[in-house]
Amino acid sequence: MTDAAPLIEVDKLEAWYGLRRILNGVDFTVHPGEIRVIMGGSGSGKSTLLRHLLGLQKPRSGTVKLLGMDIGEASDAALLAVRRQIGVSFQGGALLTSMSVGDNVALPLREHTDLDVNTVRIMSRLKLEVVNLGGFQDLMPSQLSGGMIKRAALARAIVMDPKLLFFDEPSAGLDPVVSAELDELILRLRDALRMTIVVVTHELESAFKIADTITVLDQGDILLTDTVDKVRHADNERIQDLLNRRPRETVVDADAYLRRLTEERTIPG
Amino acid sequence: MASLTGLLEDIGRATLQALAGAGHAAMLFVESLGFAMTGWRRGQPVRPSAILEQMRQIGVDALPIASLLAFVIGVMLGIQFVAALSEFGAQSQVVVAVAKSVTREFGALITAILVAGRSGSALAARIGSMSVSQEVDALEVIGIDPVRYLAAPALIAMLVMLPALTIVADAVAILGAALYSSPALNVTPTAYIMQTLALTTPGDIGQGLAKALVFAVLISLIGISTGFSVSGGAEGVGRATTRAVVLSICYIIVTDMIFSFFINR
Repeated sequence: MTDAAPLIEVDKLEAWYGLRRILNGVDFTVHPGEIRVIMGGSGSGKSTLLRHLLGLQKPRSGTVKLLGMDIGEASDAALLAVRRQIGVSFQGGALLTSMSVGDNVALPLREHTDLDVNTVRIMSRLKLEVVNLGGFQDLMPSQLSGGMIKRAALARAIVMDPKLLFFDEPSAGLDPVVSAELDELILRLRDALRMTIVVVTHELESAFKIADTITVLDQGDILLTDTVDKVRHADNERIQDLLNRRPRETVVDADAYLRRLTEERTIPG
Repeated sequence: MASLTGLLEDIGRATLQALAGAGHAAMLFVESLGFAMTGWRRGQPVRPSAILEQMRQIGVDALPIASLLAFVIGVMLGIQFVAALSEFGAQSQVVVAVAKSVTREFGALITAILVAGRSGSALAARIGSMSVSQEVDALEVIGIDPVRYLAAPALIAMLVMLPALTIVADAVAILGAALYSSPALNVTPTAYIMQTLALTTPGDIGQGLAKALVFAVLISLIGISTGFSVSGGAEGVGRATTRAVVLSICYIIVTDMIFSFFINR
């Protein structure tokens, strides 16, 4: 870890869907060169936090700074400049289905640079080689397996050599071998390309393997941000539940329960 | 009482949704034109290749079916006018009746309805399924404005191709009417067409083209905005597609009536 300015600074971020609060004033900082894993169960708010980090949702209150830029306040041009320096690999890959794999990977280069056709082709094929998909550039996304789609999406995310890489659920829906390979790949990217990487996952094994630091989210609150070891041995009950796959003990509020069952119409959210 | 407040609530919510939808569509329109004019300066150019591809899908690919429909409409108008005007011994008016009704009304209307069914639905389905599979989000984080990349090319292509298709439809419909009614009127098809050309004013064709431009804006904005607002997976995409077609056709017919009323006063 370095003393350099943090690449991501989130301050008291709150997010709401209708009347439901998803994030309760989250503070979150990521420094250059770090691999940060955001961990949490379903509904913990980790996807919402990621959407805010990517600027896909504007904060209700609080600020999100990426590479020193407040993306809630940034002009279109400033936001575009930031986005050229980040790469994102979505959970389902989100490759454009109307284009071949090669065109998908080349898309950011074609849109943001004036490089000639040959250079773009070579650079995008290089990135496909990095993710072990050399020679697959002419296939369509529908012809790829789940693991290959994730790797192709990763190739597209790193084609502009971003400073900051976001990875949403790298191992969701993959077999253990393929997901282990992806973990190796993430580590290699950090070491070889000096990227700062934020991974959102609920897979414990993969989180412990790749993370420098882990942020544990639970029901919209950050329980803990610390190194892998400290998280493993944290005495917080909810963290231990998550680590040991213990089911939550939900306390039933009799009145609320009855109301949910009998209410004619729920408040629109 | 409860049912009355419920009803009022529903009306209020529907009104708000309609207003929000109109606002969203208007914003898409302004943004698309903005990207088309100044996008290249802001690093968000609307690519000519994307516009050409949309023009092919919306216009060229629709040419055979649009021509066929227009031909059939022309024959049908020929049949009706010959039958109806013969009752008064006014067969000589068939040519002018067909010429005016096709250029002012039916050419633009039938083309727009066809294109709404073909391309309006396709736009809604394509953009809708892209939103569902996070492709729209992916474009945005890559730094490609989805409106510039998905909406602007379709809107521009529609603005060019719908009037172009309308002109073709006008010509083919009149040809259809000529082939059917010239024997009944004892003239050659060539003479029929020459007479049509003499009787049609630029104003007639202009009226059809002006309508086609308005229809183009309606079809593309309704298709695109319903596509962007899809939620709820595959079922949502299906619902949006249906909604885009039904809404487009309703708006086209109502707008056509209003347009005709004001122009022909």
